[in-house]
Order: sequence, then structure tokens, then C-alpha cells
Amino acid sequence: MAAKRRETAAIGLLWGAGIATLVILIVILAYILVNGLPLINWHFLTTNPGIRGEAGTGIYSTIVATIAVTGVALLVAAPLSVGGAIYLNEYTKETLLRKIIRQAAEVLAGIPSIIIGLFGFLFFVIYLRAYTGGWSVLSGGLALAFMVLPISLRISEESLKAVPAELREGSLGLGATKWQSITTVILPTALPGIITGLILGAGRAIGETAAILLTAGGALGVIHSLQDPCCPMTLYIYNILTEYNDTRDAYGTAAVLIIAILAITFVTDYLMNRYTKKLKGL
Amino acid sequence: MVVRSNMEGGKLRRTTTRVVGERFIQWVLLVCAISSIFAIFLIIVFVFSQGVPFLAEAGPSFLTGSVWLPADSFAAGTWGIFPMIVGSLIVTVGAVAIGAPLGIACAVFLAEIAPPTVRRALIPSVNALAGVPSVVYGFFALLVIVPWIRGQFGGFGTSVLACWIILAIMILPTIISISTDSVRAVPREFKEGSLAMGATRWQTIRSVLIPAASSGIIASIILGMGRAIGETMAVLLVCGNSVTIPGSVVAPVSTLTAQIALEMNYATGAHQQALFAIGVVLFVFILILTGLANLVSRRRVTF
Amino acid sequence: MSGEIEISIKNLNLWFGNFQALKNINIDIPKNAVTALIGPSGCGKSTFIKTLDRMNDLVDNVKFSGEAIYKGRNILDSGTDVVELRKEIGMVFQKPNPFPKSIFDNVAYGPRVHGIRDKKTLHEIAERSLKGAAIWDEVKDRLGESALRLSGGQQQRLCIARLLAVEPDVLLMDEPASALDPIATSKIEDLLHDLKKDYTIIIVTHNMQQAARVSSHTAFFWLGEMVEYGPTIDLFERPQNKKTEDYVTGKFG
Repeated sequence: MAAKRRETAAIGLLWGAGIATLVILIVILAYILVNGLPLINWHFLTTNPGIRGEAGTGIYSTIVATIAVTGVALLVAAPLSVGGAIYLNEYTKETLLRKIIRQAAEVLAGIPSIIIGLFGFLFFVIYLRAYTGGWSVLSGGLALAFMVLPISLRISEESLKAVPAELREGSLGLGATKWQSITTVILPTALPGIITGLILGAGRAIGETAAILLTAGGALGVIHSLQDPCCPMTLYIYNILTEYNDTRDAYGTAAVLIIAILAITFVTDYLMNRYTKKLKGL
Repeated sequence: MVVRSNMEGGKLRRTTTRVVGERFIQWVLLVCAISSIFAIFLIIVFVFSQGVPFLAEAGPSFLTGSVWLPADSFAAGTWGIFPMIVGSLIVTVGAVAIGAPLGIACAVFLAEIAPPTVRRALIPSVNALAGVPSVVYGFFALLVIVPWIRGQFGGFGTSVLACWIILAIMILPTIISISTDSVRAVPREFKEGSLAMGATRWQTIRSVLIPAASSGIIASIILGMGRAIGETMAVLLVCGNSVTIPGSVVAPVSTLTAQIALEMNYATGAHQQALFAIGVVLFVFILILTGLANLVSRRRVTF
Repeated sequence: MSGEIEISIKNLNLWFGNFQALKNINIDIPKNAVTALIGPSGCGKSTFIKTLDRMNDLVDNVKFSGEAIYKGRNILDSGTDVVELRKEIGMVFQKPNPFPKSIFDNVAYGPRVHGIRDKKTLHEIAERSLKGAAIWDEVKDRLGESALRLSGGQQQRLCIARLLAVEPDVLLMDEPASALDPIATSKIEDLLHDLKKDYTIIIVTHNMQQAARVSSHTAFFWLGEMVEYGPTIDLFERPQNKKTEDYVTGKFG
């Protein structure tokens, strides 16, 4: 009898945990979106922020900055991670090298973003100043690449691993070279998974602040080159909260970010669904 | 009768162009693969090159000193980060103490109890939680949690408690996703065996499933701890930025990460190097934690 | 059947690490005929045919010695271009393995990979190959559909078509019908009767009746050795070796 009561109580608590998690998400999203969505209009998205942080201006240059910085990060991290995953999965067996590389990727993924920022500051902003322009889109993007790489590498490797061995054998048996098999059969089959990994990596880059704080410069003007300093949306929110009195624009910026993240979540979910369907021939 | 068209081929001797071409591709891909190792190497070299000399000069009092008064030159400043270390630890432990039970419970719920419709809503929600930028979490905490604390307990509101709450929320996705996988990976025979003996669902969960999944669950907790210790922006906004050992949960605090972020953009000379030194300390902490996580998740726990 | 020899294998030995999988195999494969390899599981039949198209190279720790003379050269030596070899000696696997692409892209895969880009040529090759594999009528109106939607038997015939598109001389078949139902199996067997006029076929099979139905020559493998080889009728009705007799009369295997 007591066991029965304990059972219902326990199951009830577990339900509570699930609902609580859902509620937490809804509360946070609702708070940002309810306050921030009304602020988003065409003017908001296409006007530049006021220099002195006056509210009611816009976030155009920050949107451009976020896209630019994320773009740089992806351009660097994508070939390295996909190429690396191809090497690990197609050209090696379970050797020590493979384990070391995987371990290294995990360690890299766990390095706090502020340390990546410290490194980025020293390496890209100071050391490579002549090439990156110091505090700039380039410095920020390159620093972010360090954070995108491990995510994309892991997911790309898993996607390649999921390609059945029979497909490889079939391709080689028809007289294709290894590289031809990779580009015409294996990669296309694994592609949705790989793209998902890149999109998730992009999501991380979009939401990153600490590394950007130390490498991007924070200038509010629209960038004209990759060597210009910039202020992505996340950094802008931080600056508003710590320097300006009127926090209205922060709501709008945060809302835009949230929408971007939600879009990414839905797109990756959809892609993964299509991927599993395609493998089954539907 | 098949008519053979004139396809190229018939040369069965291996050509050097083919061999060289394949080798080249393999080499390029190898370079890509090594990039992670190279990346870590670069990070360590540069960060340590600034931080270690400072640590050497400052000595153990860096870690044990309680006064942090940075200056441009080494002699003019007092360099003690003990309160920051304590701050990082307190904030992390509290976050895990709140977040882990909730996360594990939610994971068990997802793996065992939730009906499919609820799962279809909850899993994307956890993914969405994982994607929220840290600065947005900090934003929410600063504008919602901090005023609430101020109202309930007085003071400024920026406090240990604020960090605990927001960090707990931030590590939920990590703990939930890994723990859910661990519970679902437990062989069905264990669960079925227990139920077949007349045990209730909860008894099965408590005595069979959770222990069987424990190594994965513990790994998820340690990974969550790593996230919490490394978190910067949310903590920066709500911790109160006071390099003191907090006297209560509503007292302000500072962490290793927050202090670096706070001061880095205007630090020069010895001060800047000191911040790198803090980075080195943080790095070592994280390495220890990651190593622990791997050790634990590889051990097979018998129960 | 012309009486010519397509491949002449001499003193073939093969090891996986310390385990010797093939022991001193000597056999001449006749051109434009079907040669069946029979024997209990694990006796080296699949390993043998995988040696001929050098697919065993993909396995770790494999060593082999001996010769396989094909078109005047020993294709087992290290100077052989295995990529080219596999265009001439092709393989169909036990489990059909079409690519997750359209039917047309599956058949066109081989020619494309070998440099043929012209759409008209590709279509011609595809039609010819699909006809050659006796599946053209069933798929001609749906070449753009995913190959994975075909039935098992159709997928296997598609794999054969895929192979024919590369225009090999030799077709290696590793138990091609064992995953198929009886109707699909008989379609494959009928196909072999047609194909053998233009291709040399080596087929590994567990099914002795199938070997008797389709092949002109049969080799019996036992524990890595080729125990007996000869015209199919002779091997089945008047086996010279006791082990062969025991196997074909069903005493074991």
C-alpha cells in the first residue's frame, strides 16, 4: 500500500520535472518575445544603432556583424571539420591517432569561451594584427571557428559512420577510386547529417559573446571590410545592459536572436527527419 | 548479343598519377583532421606564454591571497584570486545541486514515463534551451531573477543565488540529453526482469535503471559542472562582481571567468598578464574535470 | 562456350593474419560460361572470388601469394591498378546494395565515375544495361524514382545492371539469390543463362540445385582447399573425391 503511494508520488514528481523544464523554457522565451517582438519592425532591422546608445534606433549593423562573424567561422571550420571527419572515418581504422584526435576535439569543445577569447586576443588581435586588422570581424570569426570546429567534427564523423558499409563496397566494386566513392556516394548520403552539424555550429557562433568580447572590438558602425571592428548582436546586448540606461533595444535584439535560434532548432530537426527517411528510401 | 561500346579502360597497370593523386588527397585530409590537436596546441602555447611567467613571479600567494588590487606594474598591485576560486566553486556546486536533480528527473521522465506527444514537445524544447545564447540567459536573469531576489531578500539582488538559478537552468540541457541517452541505453532485459518480478515502475527506475545508467549520468553531471565553471556572460551580469568570499547566498561574488571578462578590455601590463594567469588556472581546472568525466564514463558500474 | 580460359589461377594462398583461408588453389575459369563454387560455409569460396577483384585488399592483415593470369598479366601483383581491374571484373553482393539515389543514377554511376558525361550516351548505356539485366520493362517508366523502393529481387537485378553498365568481362556473384524469394531467384537464374553468352560468370552458391541448374563447371571448396573441379554434371553424378561425394549427397553441409 505504501509502495503504491510512493509510486504515484514518485511518478508525479517525474512529471513535475518534465513540466518544470518545459515551463522554464516557455517563461524565458515568453519574457523575451513578449517584450521584444513589438519592437521588431522594418525600421528596427534596417537602422543602425545610435552612437550614444539611444534607444529606439536599430540593430542593422549588429545583424550584419553577426552574419559576417559567423560566416568567417563557418568558412574556416567547415572544410577543416568535414575534411577531418572524412579522414578519420574513411582513411583510418580505430587507431591511436583517431582516438587522440577525438579526445582533442572533446577537450577543445570544453574550453571556456573566455579562454578562447584570451587566445584570440593574443593571437589574432595582437600577433596577427597585420592580417586581421586587430580587433575585427576576422579576429572574431577566426576565434569562433575554434568553437564551431569540435561540434561540426563530431557530428560529421557520426554521419559518415552511419553510411552502411555495403554502399562503400558497392562503389569500389564498380571500379570507383576511393575519393570518387567518397564524393559521389558516401558524402551525399551523409550530407544532411553533416549540414545539421554545421548549422548547430553556426548556432553556437551566433550566440557566443565572451570570445567576441575580446576580439571583435565593439564598434557600432557597419563594416566595410573583414578587418573592421564590429559589434555582433550578442555583444550589443551586453553593452546595452552594462553601459546604457534604456534597455529597450536589448529586448528587441534578444528577440531577434531567439527567433534565429528557434529557426535553427526547427531546421535541424526537420533535416534529421528527412535524413532518416532518405536512408530508408521514402 | 551485347555490343561493347568503346569505353576507356583495359590498362591494368597501376599508374603513378593515380597513386600520387590519392596520396595527395589523403594528406590534405590528414591535415584537416589534425587541426583540432593543432588548435589546442596553439591555445595552450599562447595563453600559457602570458600566464605562466606571471604565475611564476606571483607564486602560490596568487592562489591563496584574498586581496585583488590589480595595477599596471607587478609591484604596485596585490594579486590574490582565492575569492574568485571560491566564487567559481560555490557557484558551480550550487548550480549542479539544483540543476542535476531536476535534470536527471526530467531525463528519467523523458526516457521512461513521458507519452509520445509530450516527448515530441519536450525534446525540441530541451534543444531550444541548449541553443539560447548565454548573454540572453544573463539578460533574463538580470531583469527577472535579480529583482525578484532583491524583493525577497533585500540587497542588490546580484548574488550567489542569482548565479545558482541561472546556471542551473543553463546546464539542464547538457544533463538532460546525456542522461536520457544513458537511461535509454540500459538493456531492456534489466527493466523487463524487474517488472516481471512485480516491481513498480518507480522501484524499477530507482533500483535498476538509474544505477545501470549511473556512469553516464555522472558523466553528464561532470560535464555540466564544466559548463558551469566555464560560463562567463550570464555570471558576469548577475554575480555582483565583488572579489570577496560571499557571506551568504544573497551576497555578491565573482568568478574566475567573470573577472577576466570584466577587466580584460582595459587591463594593461602586469594586470593583463595576471588575467592570463587566471585563464591558466581556469584551464587546468577544466582539464581536470574533463579527465574525471572520461574516467567515470568509461568505468562500468556494477550494481 | 568457347573453351578458352578467362582467368588462370595458380598456387593461390591467402592468409588473414595467421589464419590461412585459401590453400594452394589451382583452377582455370572458362570464358563465357558459368562456373559455380560450392561448399560449406566459411570454406573460402567468397574469399576466393574477392581475391579476383582485389576486394580482399580492403581487409586488414591480408597476405596472399600465387598468380591469377588475366589478359596476360598476373592481377595479384602489386603493380596492378585495382581500380581499372574492378571495371573489368565486377562483383554482385549477397545483399543487394543499391545506392540511395534514383534508379537511373544507380545504373549511370559506373560510367559517370569513369568519365562519361554525355547525357545521351548515359541513357543509352542505362537502357542497354537494364535490358541486359532483364529489368528494363519494370523500371523504364520510373527511372527517376529512388532505387530503394524496388523489391529485393528487383534491387539485385538493378545491381547487376549497374555492373553491366561498366562493361566488365567477368561477373563475380557472391550468393546473389540467397536473400531473395524463389520467384526472384528463378528470374536471376534465367538471367544468368542469357548473360553467360557474353560474360564469364563465377557464382558462389549454397544451393546445390542452383549450381546444377546454372553452371557448366563446378568447384567444390572444403576448408580453404579446392577439393575437386570439373564439369558440373560429372561433379554431381560421378564425384571423384569422397568429400565431394559426401557433400553433394547431403551427408554434411
